[in-house]
Amino acid sequence: MKREAISALRARRGFLRGIGRAATVAAAAVAAGTAGIMRKAAAKGEATGRRAAFPTADYDWTRHRWAFGVDATKCIGCLRCVEACKRENDVPLTAHHFRTWVERYVYLEGEDQPRIDSQQDPVNIAASGSQGEYRFANRYEGAKVEKAFFVPKLCNQCTHPACVQVCPVGATYQTKDGVVLIDHEYCIGCRYCVQACPYGARYFNEEKGVSDKCTWCYHRITKGLQPACVEVCPVGARVFGDAKDAQSPISLFIRNNRVQVLKPETGNAPNVYYVGIDKAVS
Amino acid sequence: MEPLIHYAPYTGWVYPNETVIEWSIAIVVYPYITGLVAGAFTVSSLYQVFGFQRLKPVAHLALLTSLCFMLFVPLPLLLHLGHPERAFNNLLTPHWTSAMAMFGYFATFYIVLLMVETWFAFRPYVVEQAQNRKGLLGPVYRLLTLGSYDVSEEALRHDRKWIFWLAIAGIPGAHGLHGYVGFVFGSLKSREWWSSDLMPVVFLFSAIISGVALLIVLYVVSCWLRRIAIDLACLKGLAYTVWGFIMVALVLEGLEFANIVYKGREGVEMIIAYVYGPLLVPYFVLQFGVGAIFPLLLLSYMIWRGTTGKALIAGVALSACLVLLSVFMMRWNVVIGGQEIAKTGRGLLTYHLQFFGHEGLLVAIVLLLAPLATLFGLTRFFPPWHDKPA
Repeated sequence: MKREAISALRARRGFLRGIGRAATVAAAAVAAGTAGIMRKAAAKGEATGRRAAFPTADYDWTRHRWAFGVDATKCIGCLRCVEACKRENDVPLTAHHFRTWVERYVYLEGEDQPRIDSQQDPVNIAASGSQGEYRFANRYEGAKVEKAFFVPKLCNQCTHPACVQVCPVGATYQTKDGVVLIDHEYCIGCRYCVQACPYGARYFNEEKGVSDKCTWCYHRITKGLQPACVEVCPVGARVFGDAKDAQSPISLFIRNNRVQVLKPETGNAPNVYYVGIDKAVS
Repeated sequence: MEPLIHYAPYTGWVYPNETVIEWSIAIVVYPYITGLVAGAFTVSSLYQVFGFQRLKPVAHLALLTSLCFMLFVPLPLLLHLGHPERAFNNLLTPHWTSAMAMFGYFATFYIVLLMVETWFAFRPYVVEQAQNRKGLLGPVYRLLTLGSYDVSEEALRHDRKWIFWLAIAGIPGAHGLHGYVGFVFGSLKSREWWSSDLMPVVFLFSAIISGVALLIVLYVVSCWLRRIAIDLACLKGLAYTVWGFIMVALVLEGLEFANIVYKGREGVEMIIAYVYGPLLVPYFVLQFGVGAIFPLLLLSYMIWRGTTGKALIAGVALSACLVLLSVFMMRWNVVIGGQEIAKTGRGLLTYHLQFFGHEGLLVAIVLLLAPLATLFGLTRFFPPWHDKPA
């Protein structure tokens, strides 16, 4: 009986040893296959980031700290910024996907809460005639308006971004110059980041199967250009620049105005600074 | 052709990007299944670790149930991902600050644990089949013995020791996996409806009651199918377990809601408008009233009156079905409900459930039935019964 038990144990050991060998071979194959992915993951890591110029040969992201300003008192709600952004960044031409948008706040006489809408509102889409064009409908014609203003919105490129915190694979990350980017080649499309953003700045691109959001036109600003929305704004309601440069438009904007940020209680420490917004704006 | 975007109608003011509800019924099914896994494992552990002898008739069934449902846990997530082929990025380059990063490891660890425990639990049967079975299944059972044919008392004692320690490791494993699902929601500060410290425990206790309720239904149905008498002591044991845990679950869920209302932070008006409006039936009537309070009262009455026989079976089975509904509604109200309240705190959206499509109702039903079908097949292969059919 005991001998049988020992032989059974030996057989079990032999079998397990066989499995062990097979597992080693399989692990080696998997390791070889994943080496490419690991290299790709490492490519956006610290070591590469420490190079003198990154991400391009002419740009060093350690020398800048980008920031954005919005002067809501200047915005006229023309929505050129929204159209420019859609074209520049290949944003789907629907009423449900925006890297930037403009909100309209209207206080009517006798009402203590504002009426709020944006270009995506069905009434405004009906006025523009298509989901690819944006207009604010004249929906308060005849009503007594006590106060009204527009508020442009975009990604806040937070210092403590909740979206980066929750990304399970590290596909979204913060650059050294303060912008939050998404690696579309690595994003798995779980949309946890879309849920985590308190500002509603992220959307899911169904065709590409990945999350997307405003990058302050990173491909432009790293070449010394302005973000598309800033470029087209006819009234200068959007201000962009390098916070490390004391004489840049954004440094002057922050220094010369009493600015505020949206939802500071979240602890995200947003980097879009507002002037002229109301308590109802969040 | 299924449209790519499912626009959600809304009232009030919502952010433009919120008009697509991103986490669908697939993400409702996911925590529901993991909850059933944790709950079923609890029943198995009550017998294996805590020595609840009266649960012996369902102990192995509970283990198989846990395994079958666990095998399908990743599926709703994979169906939901924009790039399911990149799912392994989660294991290869986990981003540790994410509440989701550990999922792959937790799930893998737990599936392996369940498989090993099942192997030990069914080893005597596998050895017997390997020695006697003819035909196609013979070699399969022989392979499953892993070369070990020793079923001496000493070897079985050794197996029982393994089962005991695996069951002990499985308790934090199963409950950690599920409490962790609660943390995925509770740790988000963007939504008042989700952002709660209680969320992981709320998920955990509702998971336990759902798993025990599932075991009750499976046990009653299996006895009926096998034409054998139901062990009333076992059924009562399961009923007591649901009865005890449902009270904790109710208190926790009630506390969570009370906290939101009492703290009354910004946006609470919208939440109140929502729960007394569109959520009235799913939340107060189905989740709390019909699904939790009614079964609690019914079970209390039966325990008080000492109900037995067919009335007990009918009452406990009915309570179990209602608890299963309640927990599904709880998942629905958390996942879908959270997204129907706009992040602006000034608007409400409406989720439209699609029937077809990879995140539609049909797929959700299949996802919930697939583990049961697998279990049906697996019980033929590894019979978990402790008695012989009549």
